[in-house]
Amino acid sequence: MSDITKQSLTELVENIKNKKLSSTDVTKAFIDRSKKSKELNAYITEDFTSALDKAKKFDQKPNLDLKLPGIPMAVKDLFCTKDVKTTAGSKILNNFIPTYESTVTENIWKEGAILLGKLNCDEFAMGSSNETSFFGNVQNPIDKDLVPGGSSGGSASAVAGQLTPITIGTDTGGSIRQPASFTGTVGLKPTYGSCSRYGIVAFASSLDQAGPMAQNVKDCALLQEIISTYDSKDSTSIDFKRNQYSKELTNNIKGKKIGIPKEYRVDGMPKEIEDLWLKGIQYVKECGAETIDISLPHTSYALPTYYIVAPAEASSNLARYDGVKYGFRAQGENLIDMYEKTRSEGFGAEVQRRIMIGTYVLSSGYYDAYYLKAQKVRKLIKNDFDEAYKKVDAILTPSTPSSAFKIGEKTNDPVSMYLNDIFTVPVNLAGLPGISIPAGHDSKGYPLGLQIIGKAFDEQNILNIAYAMEEKIDFKNKITDWWIK
Amino acid sequence: MSKNSSEYLINRKDNQYEVVIGLEVHAQVLSESKLFSTSATKFGAEPNTQVSLVDAAFPGMLPVINEFCVKQAIKTGIGLNAKINKRSVFDRKNYFYADLPQGYQISQFKDPIVGEGKVILDLPNGQKEVGIERLHLEQDAGKSIHDLDPQNTFVDLNRSGVALMEIVSKPDLRSPDEVSAYIKKLRSIMRYLGTCDGNMQEGSLRADVNVSVRAKGSKEFGTRCEIKNVNSIKFMQMAIEYEANRQVDLIEEGKLIDQETRLFDTKKNETRSMRSKEDAHDYRYFPDPDLLPLEVSDEFVKELENNIPELPDDKKKRFIDEFKLTPYEATILVSDIDIAKYFEEVVAKMGKNKDIKLAVNWITGELFAVLNNKNLEISQSPVSAKNLAILVNLIKNGTISGKIAKTVFEFMLDGDKDPQKIVEEKGLKQQSDPKAIEALIDKIINDNREKAIEYKQGKEKLFGFFVGQAMKASGGKANPQLINEILKKKLQ
Repeated sequence: MSDITKQSLTELVENIKNKKLSSTDVTKAFIDRSKKSKELNAYITEDFTSALDKAKKFDQKPNLDLKLPGIPMAVKDLFCTKDVKTTAGSKILNNFIPTYESTVTENIWKEGAILLGKLNCDEFAMGSSNETSFFGNVQNPIDKDLVPGGSSGGSASAVAGQLTPITIGTDTGGSIRQPASFTGTVGLKPTYGSCSRYGIVAFASSLDQAGPMAQNVKDCALLQEIISTYDSKDSTSIDFKRNQYSKELTNNIKGKKIGIPKEYRVDGMPKEIEDLWLKGIQYVKECGAETIDISLPHTSYALPTYYIVAPAEASSNLARYDGVKYGFRAQGENLIDMYEKTRSEGFGAEVQRRIMIGTYVLSSGYYDAYYLKAQKVRKLIKNDFDEAYKKVDAILTPSTPSSAFKIGEKTNDPVSMYLNDIFTVPVNLAGLPGISIPAGHDSKGYPLGLQIIGKAFDEQNILNIAYAMEEKIDFKNKITDWWIK
Repeated sequence: MSKNSSEYLINRKDNQYEVVIGLEVHAQVLSESKLFSTSATKFGAEPNTQVSLVDAAFPGMLPVINEFCVKQAIKTGIGLNAKINKRSVFDRKNYFYADLPQGYQISQFKDPIVGEGKVILDLPNGQKEVGIERLHLEQDAGKSIHDLDPQNTFVDLNRSGVALMEIVSKPDLRSPDEVSAYIKKLRSIMRYLGTCDGNMQEGSLRADVNVSVRAKGSKEFGTRCEIKNVNSIKFMQMAIEYEANRQVDLIEEGKLIDQETRLFDTKKNETRSMRSKEDAHDYRYFPDPDLLPLEVSDEFVKELENNIPELPDDKKKRFIDEFKLTPYEATILVSDIDIAKYFEEVVAKMGKNKDIKLAVNWITGELFAVLNNKNLEISQSPVSAKNLAILVNLIKNGTISGKIAKTVFEFMLDGDKDPQKIVEEKGLKQQSDPKAIEALIDKIINDNREKAIEYKQGKEKLFGFFVGQAMKASGGKANPQLINEILKKKLQ
């Protein structure tokens, strides 16, 4: 089978279970394609030899009852993987090899999947274009010199480019949904507390959430049901009844009420995005759902709120990278000098910028004006959603205010970069689940995504809506394999 | 209670100054594992052998609250007659140091687990109430070791993440002696509760001491200085003494006192500036997003309340009521849970016909002297409560005299021997047979006929001589009361 890498996860699982394919066949195919795809720079660390060994071992004694039997998978390099280098896209962790496994990846390996390698991302997940990675830019398989989005840029590129059948990313302000939107793939940010944060390099603890990135909604649902588990090792993990998302998936969304928030019609939004949204509204109606105009009045405060809360937490979370215990250490005259040199040389510019912002907003004299106020606004933003959900079952918005942009286009303008997250950030602040699905193309042929936001713990509902819409949209990603010589 | 004689005042020329002291006591929670990890907390382990990935702040590691430590803090709060806050919040206190792996300490800032309370001090001139401002839970840091190498500092993370209770008093203390009484009382309460072992040598109990001075009678507080991390009562007292005098001298010279953090140099017996208010750290406290607010139910607190043991104040009251002890005796016996336990065991083992006063005298007299001499805790006493009870009973029922008892006690020190057996083996039983004593006395009078006549003629002092002779002749074993009675009769 030459088109193994074109198959969806669901198809691959079926073919392995039917013994039409072996794990070795599948693993080899993705390794081969990955090797031919170096130009995408999607990987930070390749673990191909070990992956092939594991595939062979699996084939000797295949356990076909597992949900991911012998399926190879590369994951974002923010997940700690036992004995495999984990960098978070940073020089400061360039030599860090964990002795432990994150709960999310542990869940995946327990279902029979095999680690292919670690995928590129923005440094400490801080970025919207994968340009802040110490390990260089990632190319978007859609077009040369196009960013794949970020921070899970390597993950999005790898799924869109068929270097991995499926992957996981993390989403603090849009880091799964925005790159999914930029690469024509599906990305789900689960409810805060759904997936354990144990073993994930922290960016902003109250916002970080792992989630699946896939070729289609069904694959996404399958991975979500595997990675979402209650974990006592994460105090913010929530013990709620989790669905068998892929088994319970249905395209019947008749009678569902979908909210259309007027505040998401932002100034300067390209007409293409507006049109896409209208098309989306049309699709859900065709599926038998009803759309209702709603208001989320504090939406415009979400971005500034996010850029106080997230850097504040990050400034503290990243204090542990001090050169004392692990990771990069620069020589210094004394302790303070060592700290300064280690952190100046070890962190990139964007990470340093956010540490500075975070330190500033938490400083005495500024705490009340910034951090405390941001927390209050965060509550108001959450209240907006609570109010809206009295009337609707889910909310439909564009995923991003534009399609993917060129590498280097926004690197000198952080605010314009931050604006990328304008539609995704409120969802993290409110701790809600949101999914981005590819819904069309812009005039350049670049993919555009729509976002469905759900009630807390209502992943099943937004997966169902996404599933129904996916069928109507019938999106075809335009992957030309331009990078393969 | 404010008898002038007991007031601690600093005198200069025409001025008298009062010292105002508040303490921030750091008490290590008695717990097998750390506040947010499952690592062991045993004191004195090999460096870096009790460190988990969480304690060393590895990437992606998350804190999980140890419920036992929460219970310990609440129990302590109950022991301090304090308000238990059903909802408290863990905050991050951010600063960089090599022995602080996370780059922040998880503590409680705005919403501590325990609010206001009070403790009663028993002072020589009466009781004094000291207000408790709050008690909060926090992580300890690791240890930086600077003296192992001329070039490098070594870090031991065994202590990193160990649970501490910070107990903040109101500025109610007025003298080094009150500070001593306060620390001892806190330690006593926590040892009764089993929430802190109070071992200051091992660093389980240490304090930051806030000191200010003001003119006697003034209601305003002076500018305070905080003396960091003092780890013995003696040093606290010395530090306060020095610091109060330093501040008074500044005022007398017309200078201002800088609000600052100071260190006590135990070798030079002085405090010196560590950092001024301007250099104070900005800790950038904010709620730890890795932890949800800590919420405890009424039932949870009730359950703990129901299992609080009898605490020193109640025990003291009971000892006075039930055993007719003086307040002074009771205060000594309840001051430490092990002493109280020992005493109560002695009382229990003495059975029905017991002499509690005598037991108290033996414990606070002979036994304490031995413990002091040998530098032992009562839990290490060479004489068990059971054997001490037997000894007291032997005195009480006339088997041995008080004097012989001291000899028996000496023998008991060697291997906690049964006093009954010692008395039998060494033939120390008191001679209480009147006929035998009579015979003995007859012989003495016969041998000292002249003295007997002198006595009868009025030289009454000689009575003591005859008693001494009789005692000597019996090898000290004759019942002194019988000797007295019989001698009196014979010499009439």
